[in-house]
Amino acid sequence: MAEAKVAPRPLSPHLQIYRWSWTMAMSVAHRITGVALYGGIALFAIWLVALASGPGAFDKVQWFFGSPIGYLVLFGYTWILMHHMLGGVRHLVWDFGHGMEAAQRINMARFTLVGSVALTLAIWVVAFIAF
Amino acid sequence: MADNRADTRVSMRTPLARVKGLGASGHGVEHWWLHRMTAVSNVPLIIAFVIIVAALAASPSYQEAIAIISHPLVAIILILAVVSVTNHMRLGMQIVIEDYVHDKGLKIAAVIANNFYAVIIGVACLYAILKVSLGRILV
Repeated sequence: MAEAKVAPRPLSPHLQIYRWSWTMAMSVAHRITGVALYGGIALFAIWLVALASGPGAFDKVQWFFGSPIGYLVLFGYTWILMHHMLGGVRHLVWDFGHGMEAAQRINMARFTLVGSVALTLAIWVVAFIAF
Repeated sequence: MADNRADTRVSMRTPLARVKGLGASGHGVEHWWLHRMTAVSNVPLIIAFVIIVAALAASPSYQEAIAIISHPLVAIILILAVVSVTNHMRLGMQIVIEDYVHDKGLKIAAVIANNFYAVIIGVACLYAILKVSLGRILV
């Protein structure tokens, strides 16, 4: 025999095997939003360093944030931030041993999505009215 | 609990003493605990951060931005937020790396890069906040 035969060992199932559920989707979303925030904070650092550098650098950065793409990034960032925050609060509730029942888990997962969208819209509406 | 002492006849350490502050990575629950603690501190700080950014968006001029950021209350909240968030994201990204990067050398390199990134972001933000704040007297 030239090649050793590889025995078809049973492998543990991965994500694509399972039917998508609310809790699974929000768990994945929590991690993805966390990674997005990790990269996105660089935008805030760039804005602050530009402010500290002087009016010239500041105006260039401000031009980007004031552009349609800049607004889109800020709007998306707001939602990602709110989603990760509510997801984090959900995890803190679990850390105290609450909300482990099936119905509670699914409701909390749904609330994470609905709440994050509602908070994002509320922030932008209030920001436009108040400021 | 499994007794993992090398030689049970020579060690007089109790099982509790052996597990305190240790664990698989030798750091016990420190990573987990700091991650939760910064999660808690992030919540009020991020709410304040969102309000500050909304105020900044409404005042797009350079002078107005300097006036907002250099206000002691705003500067202190932002400094606290930067310290809390950069630590939280450093701990979170390390978990992601440990979950998905299986090659040992690559994993160590990624964890080091993660720490460097968090410190660079943190120092850049803190330096900028302090630079525009210090020396400005509110009249």
